Amino acid sequence: MAPKSLNQPCEDKVLLDLWHPLGAVEAMPRNRVRHDRLLGVPLTLGRSPEGRPAVWRRPPDGPQPTVWPAEGPTGPTLPVIEQYGCLWTSLGTPRPIFPIPEAEERDRRLLHAGSVMLHTSAPRAVENFLDMGHFPFVHTAVLGDEPHTEVKDYTVEVSVADQEILATDCVFYQPQAALGAQGGADVDYVYRVPHPHCSVLYKSSPGYEGRLDAIALFVQALDQERIRAHMWLCLLDDDQPDWALRRFQMSIFGQDKPILENQLPRRLPLDPRAETPIRADKSAVAYRRWLGQLGVRYGVIAGAA
Amino acid sequence: MSAEELLLRAENAWHPVASESDLVHRHVFHGQLLGQELALWRADDEHINVWENRCLHRGVRLSIAVNDGRELKCQYHGWRYANRTAACTYIPAHPADAPARTIRNGTYPVRTSGGMVWTAVGQPTGEPPALGQGLVLRPVPVRARPADVITLLLEQPPALPDAQPPTAKRRGDLVVELESVGFLVVQPMDSDRAVIRGVLSSQGPAGERLRILRHFDAALTRLRDTAQDRAADEAAPAPLLPRYEPVPKHLASLPESSGHHDLPTRVRVVRTWSAGAGVRGLELGPVDDRPLPTGQAGAHLDVALPGGLVRQYSLVNGPGETHHYVIGVKLTPGSAGGSAAVHERVREGDVLAVSLPRNGFPLRRDRTRTLLIAGGIGITPLLAMAQTLEHQRLSYALHYFAAGEADVAFRERLAALGSVRTVTGLDPAATEAELERLLGAAGEDSQVYFCGPPPMLDVARDVAGRTGWPRDSVHFEYFRNDRTLDHSSRFEVVLARSVLNLTVEPGRSILETVRAAGVGVPSSCEQGACGTCRVAVIDGRPDHQDVYLDDEERAAGDSVMTCVSRSLTPRLTLDL
Repeated sequence: MAPKSLNQPCEDKVLLDLWHPLGAVEAMPRNRVRHDRLLGVPLTLGRSPEGRPAVWRRPPDGPQPTVWPAEGPTGPTLPVIEQYGCLWTSLGTPRPIFPIPEAEERDRRLLHAGSVMLHTSAPRAVENFLDMGHFPFVHTAVLGDEPHTEVKDYTVEVSVADQEILATDCVFYQPQAALGAQGGADVDYVYRVPHPHCSVLYKSSPGYEGRLDAIALFVQALDQERIRAHMWLCLLDDDQPDWALRRFQMSIFGQDKPILENQLPRRLPLDPRAETPIRADKSAVAYRRWLGQLGVRYGVIAGAA
Repeated sequence: MSAEELLLRAENAWHPVASESDLVHRHVFHGQLLGQELALWRADDEHINVWENRCLHRGVRLSIAVNDGRELKCQYHGWRYANRTAACTYIPAHPADAPARTIRNGTYPVRTSGGMVWTAVGQPTGEPPALGQGLVLRPVPVRARPADVITLLLEQPPALPDAQPPTAKRRGDLVVELESVGFLVVQPMDSDRAVIRGVLSSQGPAGERLRILRHFDAALTRLRDTAQDRAADEAAPAPLLPRYEPVPKHLASLPESSGHHDLPTRVRVVRTWSAGAGVRGLELGPVDDRPLPTGQAGAHLDVALPGGLVRQYSLVNGPGETHHYVIGVKLTPGSAGGSAAVHERVREGDVLAVSLPRNGFPLRRDRTRTLLIAGGIGITPLLAMAQTLEHQRLSYALHYFAAGEADVAFRERLAALGSVRTVTGLDPAATEAELERLLGAAGEDSQVYFCGPPPMLDVARDVAGRTGWPRDSVHFEYFRNDRTLDHSSRFEVVLARSVLNLTVEPGRSILETVRAAGVGVPSSCEQGACGTCRVAVIDGRPDHQDVYLDDEERAAGDSVMTCVSRSLTPRLTLDL
């Protein structure tokens, strides 16, 4: 596929009909607009002076105002919802967004932890989020530490009914599993992939036996090889200030960024023979297969079939 | 020839991709040739590697990997790729698996000429041009078609300072000779990118070199500007697409867990050293605060080695020496590769998977005197025993038969013992005579432990029989089974407790057959030497092919080594 096609708008109906994140609502000032992209489509998004968010398609060569237009949106608006700390939109006909039941629990802290631009595809970023094997090497002394490198066997299911991938019984040794954690521990993880560009992980919460913190990655595919990754926290931790939680998540993402941007090819290859999976990559294998079954072509290199 | 034809031909030709001086100690250099990214690195043994710039696991560039002098370690998951072969030697996520599969990264051929490193992405014919060790010019990257750069160099050949332009002759698609000055070579990075590299025929006087280098740098920079000005007038050609070769089919699916060996412990290689001629000592420490399971004198470990082999090594540890395991591995030429893997591929800092210590050679401490007789690397379990006996102030004598003085292993440990005698340089006949002397002089209430090569143990067994040693006072540990095994029979095994009747086919062992039916049996050496897979026989007559059982045990026929032994009767009933 010629590189120029990287800028072509997405034609995968399965992706167009989903909700996609555009970033934290609180980061969008009233009475202003900004220019953005989603799946190769130029967008204008902003909040009216009353605080109402709106998103509409932007002609690529049109004027680029920064102030909310006095006469309102300059084109037909796209559907929007505010959910999980983000503004979401869709370029097609969206079904209800995937549930994160923990967001309804009253004792949880909900926090948009930040948005990061990355020069990679959305599926590469999701796959990295699912991966435990890199913890000792990329997040050294934080999420993992040599020589505790073993990825023990875990369970992966693709749930047809819920249309998501679920990885359970994941355990990994972490020297400092969360900001509030003291010392190393085996940490339990559960991963969900309820959306081709989103994943939610659940991990043991220090001090909350039996309950799990939820951390979500919502990827906005700007085009096939450029993304903005939005991190959202749904924590039981009540002690840490917002800035400390954000700084921790940003430092983790800052460690992933140079690795992800040095991954070639940038689009995720779905052909099983493109790369060498090991047992630790079970969830990634399931994810690649699932993308292929969904018929996703955008941001991936299609398999041999 | 069109620019496209030139690029096509360039596939199967040699091109310079780096200056030799770019490959500094422990660095990885990022290169590119015909759209293909390269990772170049020099190992501590000076070998220059030119590899595909991509870890086979998840595609991360190896130009950001760690060069540890012998291997590249990928930044993403710590996979290690060996100097020269680019074979994956270690996958940290599965320390017990010891990459059994032949995972190899892409490599390209390497030559050096004219202070430059040359390679080819296709199948090069011949060799790169032989250029002398002159003054290597600073490479100048140019954003223009390689063919146009060559044309320009022929048109406007750069001259030496204060000299007339030299005659320029084309010496290949992308090589220009500047008569009596040197050579310029165009590296085709991509369809519209090139690097001008060059080497002057003479180093020049030392005081002049910097001036000459600057002069050529300025001249080539002017040529670059000209080439880029010209290129700006035409549409840039489409870049060449990198080729990502598919991995072999067998690597594309998830491998099974590493077989049936139960290797629950992770140990870190703390120290390795030469413990004697051809013997590598390994100190294996815990990876965390938890203490290692302790082995007794005579015990061995199953160790998963790089390359997928699992091998048994006796513990050399003395009593109380529980903070690590010490083993000694003799390099055996012509072996299946276990000893070679330990000698060549295991390194300090590596994490290995090992079994719990198993003891098929336990040391009795209820005799007034113990003889320990070792041959070669058979010293390892006997050294553990000698240290135990010494520590408990029990009477013993260790006789260590070695080929020569240099072959004596673990000298420091031997030196700390009170009753050691090394016997070197004996031929088989002299060895037999010496064994007769030692065994003949043994007194009442003695016992003897032997460990060594199978021929020596067979002789020792004869001598012990001849000199009237009671069977329960003589103990052997074979470290391999040299017997010719006969797997040709077909018979039925009845598993009494599992209520299963199974047919053991020719070429399959009882152990394999039983396991395939889902019944677990522990095993270790799987060649009839260690005793781990011993199973009680309830009915039928075993066809013993092991070296673990002694004559009386064989005659009794009430147990069988399921890894190699078979059945003389059509049916063998086992207590399983």
